[in-house]
Amino acid sequence: MIAVIDYGSGNLRSVVNAFEALNQRPVVTNNPSDVAKASAIVLPGVGAFGECMESLKHLNLVEPLNEAVLGQKKPYLGICLGLQLLGEESFEQGVHKGLGWIRGRVKPILPNHKKFRIPHMGWNDVSFKETCPLFQGMNEAPVFYFVHSYQLSVEEKEDDIITATCWHGTTVTASVQKENIFAVQFHPEKSQENGIKLLDNFVKIL
Amino acid sequence: MLKKRLIPVLILRDGMVVQSVQFKHTNVIHWKPLTAVDFFNRWAVDEIVVLDVTRNQNSREKFLDIVLGLSKKCFVPLAVGGWVGSLDEVLRLLRLGADKVVINTEVVRQPDLITECASVVGSQCVVVSIDVRSHGEGRYEVYIDRGTEATGLSPVDWSKEAQKKGAGEIFLNCIDRDGFRQGYDTVLLRNVVDAVDIPIIAMGGVFTWQHLVDGIVKGGAEAVAAANIFHYTEHSTKKAKEYMRQAGIDVR
Repeated sequence: MIAVIDYGSGNLRSVVNAFEALNQRPVVTNNPSDVAKASAIVLPGVGAFGECMESLKHLNLVEPLNEAVLGQKKPYLGICLGLQLLGEESFEQGVHKGLGWIRGRVKPILPNHKKFRIPHMGWNDVSFKETCPLFQGMNEAPVFYFVHSYQLSVEEKEDDIITATCWHGTTVTASVQKENIFAVQFHPEKSQENGIKLLDNFVKIL
Repeated sequence: MLKKRLIPVLILRDGMVVQSVQFKHTNVIHWKPLTAVDFFNRWAVDEIVVLDVTRNQNSREKFLDIVLGLSKKCFVPLAVGGWVGSLDEVLRLLRLGADKVVINTEVVRQPDLITECASVVGSQCVVVSIDVRSHGEGRYEVYIDRGTEATGLSPVDWSKEAQKKGAGEIFLNCIDRDGFRQGYDTVLLRNVVDAVDIPIIAMGGVFTWQHLVDGIVKGGAEAVAAANIFHYTEHSTKKAKEYMRQAGIDVR
């Protein structure tokens, strides 16, 4: 069973719709015991970092997530904010602690020219490492839908975990993988065929 | 590189797709919203905007049902607007499957609503829609309440204020151009584009594919939107994209 974590503010329906299109029956939940029972965990997200972390704490989900993903090594897929939350801290509207599963910080995207507008919003082509299972079977430079103003800046010593990037007047972290932890900055559930393909690749890992 | 976006807009009154001419919505197009989205999904659009222009809230439940139905079929981002006046309403629309919410009248009346929404759902979810009338000689004014109420605000000042309050994007519509087939008001567009750093979606007046190109090249818009024109021809959004690509615009 795939558990889609519901922390209260995001649009979860489109993620569920996309998995259903792949004949999966994901369970939308904020219940810690579902996290313990799940075979895989998906943390989608739009929303503000601090608000989301507060919700996860308030719902007593942080420890169960740590146990499931770091302890039991269940496959995790973070989407958008679900990628940024992996970092140690974020500077979006103040300073907020993240899950800290990856060594890195969430910082504003700082393009080298004003023509690159913020938020980074729309379809951008992604260059990926062929070794990453999520991108298997895709054409060179597939296009995905992004919408964000901040990005996870991974600490240099660990930057081999970056599996895809895109360009928006600066290099933007588009995807990371650390063992069983997968996360993408773009929205596969809103990226038509490429997105569905990526989610299908995640399902195949399970 | 980020692609320029093509966005069809579905304007709904009492749950039916209508044509818009200078913000009057009398002509019902014989298309069910769900059928329209099915087509758009297959026709390479980059995003879909759905606006409820019903005069009162009597058919709101019907509209919300449509949003839910659309979101199940829509594998591109869906922005929803009309009658959005509170954070609760924003959250309700997001739960129904909207990815972004378009707000207009209420944020002029209480600009802090932008900040309140952005701090919970993030700026990228908050699209501030600005309806503008031209008074000639380069003078423009922002109107609210479906184009009926003058505000005394200049579109440039209001865009800057909206950005400062946390808007993630601006949906800029020109009331005089709406349904008038003359193309976007690229002067207005350029003024607003140059005043802010957030992306601008151009709307109002498209009748040829060249108008879409003008919105990007002359107006500087990140995204070009249109409503009526996409209802007239088969594969319209695909044809629009091909035209834009041939004009040298980086589209998906």
